[in-house]
Amino acid sequence: MAKAIVVEELGKRYRIGQLQSAYGTLRDALAEGAARIVRRERKPTYEEIWALRDVSFEVTEGEVLGVLGRNGAGKSTLLKILTRITNPTTGTATIRGRVGSLLEVGTGFHPELTGRENIFLNGSILGMKRKEILRKFDEIVEFAGVEKFIDTPVKRYSSGMSVRLAFAVAAHLEPEILLVDEVLAVGDAEFQRRCLGRMEDISMTGRTVLFVSHNMQTLTALCNRAIWLDQGAIVRDGKSSEVVAQYLQAGFGTGSQREWPDVETAPGNQYVRMRFVRVVQDGRVVDAVDVRRPVGIEIGFRVFDGAPPLFPKIKLWDAQSNVAFNAMDTSRRWDDPPPPGDYVCTAWIPGNLLNEGLMTVLTQICSIDVTKLWPHASGGNVAFHVQDPGEGDSARGRYAGQWKGVVRPLLDWTTEWS
Amino acid sequence: MRELWHYRELLFRLVWRDVVVRYKQTSIGVLWAILQPFLTMVVFTLVFGKFADFPSKGVPYPIFTYSALLPWTYFASSVAQSSSSIVGNRALVTKVYFPRVLAPLAGVTVPIVDFMLAFTVLVGMMIWFGIFPTAAIVFAPLFLLMALVSALGVGLFLSAVNVRYRDVPYAIPFLMQMWLFLSGVVFAITSLPERWQWILALNPMTAVINGFQWGVIGTPAPDLGKTLVSVGAACSFFIVGLWYFRRSEPRFADTI
Repeated sequence: MAKAIVVEELGKRYRIGQLQSAYGTLRDALAEGAARIVRRERKPTYEEIWALRDVSFEVTEGEVLGVLGRNGAGKSTLLKILTRITNPTTGTATIRGRVGSLLEVGTGFHPELTGRENIFLNGSILGMKRKEILRKFDEIVEFAGVEKFIDTPVKRYSSGMSVRLAFAVAAHLEPEILLVDEVLAVGDAEFQRRCLGRMEDISMTGRTVLFVSHNMQTLTALCNRAIWLDQGAIVRDGKSSEVVAQYLQAGFGTGSQREWPDVETAPGNQYVRMRFVRVVQDGRVVDAVDVRRPVGIEIGFRVFDGAPPLFPKIKLWDAQSNVAFNAMDTSRRWDDPPPPGDYVCTAWIPGNLLNEGLMTVLTQICSIDVTKLWPHASGGNVAFHVQDPGEGDSARGRYAGQWKGVVRPLLDWTTEWS
Repeated sequence: MRELWHYRELLFRLVWRDVVVRYKQTSIGVLWAILQPFLTMVVFTLVFGKFADFPSKGVPYPIFTYSALLPWTYFASSVAQSSSSIVGNRALVTKVYFPRVLAPLAGVTVPIVDFMLAFTVLVGMMIWFGIFPTAAIVFAPLFLLMALVSALGVGLFLSAVNVRYRDVPYAIPFLMQMWLFLSGVVFAITSLPERWQWILALNPMTAVINGFQWGVIGTPAPDLGKTLVSVGAACSFFIVGLWYFRRSEPRFADTI
């Protein structure tokens, strides 16, 4: 079989700080340059990090390859190199065929332009020809469900609508090689199902797909092979079910679930050991949750003989490491030593409480010593994305812009008018 | 080159986006394109034509300065737009691949629309003053092409610098103001001493304006030698700009 993607000893080096801002002002640069000449200094040296190092793999035509790894493992950098957005520092990536990417949907949407105009603009940006867009236009509009607003400027769309439209355009690309980043699991559950269906269709038609995801179920279902990246290097490359199993076992990364099949080696002590931690919504384990509905943090653990009084506790923080809250189960049942056995406790975080974005949860089984908490078993971190489908009934209403804060409660407002 | 051809539709879309947005946002969009050079012409006529009595190649000063302002305005807005094109399209540059050259290229293409609009006013003025173009008008587009090539060269260079240094856009109006006075917009370069004319020929805009006026309003033909010097300068701008742009291009997505 012909190779669609050949990656050889790929490396990408960044200067520390370059990820945030590598630009300055000409004024400062000139002033510094002059100062250096005066003081006869050398150029400042920078610390460097390798986002990718010695990564080699091949993808045969028609293969669906999954890429997994925790945040910062180098997945996005890999995709950026494969799509030629950025150049590798070392090594080569050879790609045969037209590449389409769903790295970031809605790229190049212009708020002043109408839905129709944006379809054409976005389509061209993604590399579609005008004829191709014309041919698929109706399909795209229908997929996005924005028929009525097609001639309305996108700035008047709800954020859900514009995301759906953006995804619809991207999903109708017909590249030979498709690169997908999971973050596009957007919109409501129904729309997400449609997107996944579309993904499956694409992979069925014998196209090469590279799929980056945190969602282990989807990854195992869609891909036959997977590679696991950590700290810029490939840890495992093999059958997706096996790689996923090893990944989960290692308790690596912060997916939305962790499991310790072997209770002997699970985190804990002689009184209690962890069995699993999961993020659930509407009865399913999920990576992305709807901001409007409650999210459950399920903690499964086993209690052994002679355990002291215990209780489950969670701590939650956002992507900027701001602690949102600590919470523990204060019910009277934990006042006494719990009888041995398997427990599953679920902490329910109400809907319309958290803000959008990545939330990380630390789960622990603790006991109290008046002013000290003693963790007996720690389930480590699980993480989930809070998303707003943008249908106007969440705390952001019809506002689609940036929204600060760790929490974003839907408050009761009263108004007096005279 | 082949790749650029492959992406020609995207270039068209980028240009089309900028044009549509420009004329959508401001209700006086079309008027703006005309008013800007026209009002400048009025001010220049009053200040430099009447008061300072600058030389104008023997044609009425309004015609002289307006016909110089047209290619100049095109050049100045092309430089401004293409210089900010990479940073202005940050979302695109960091998220999808396309030949980056397209962004500055679109930047020098969009102002053509404004030029066309403002050109209609020149036609009106020429009828008013009873001035008619000569056969040399066939060369006018060539001189405009020269303005495009020079603007693209400067734009390529500055857009790459702008990725590193964000204060570049603040320096551009100043640069353009200086440049304006060295291009023969307010007074006829041809009435300067010969020695100065040769030095100013290094500025391609002098030849563009002289050539454009020769073609459209029938002023004396520009000197061939000096024009060739300007053509050479325009080409060097372009080559240096492109070279620097290509050299910086791989770092755009990481730095921006």
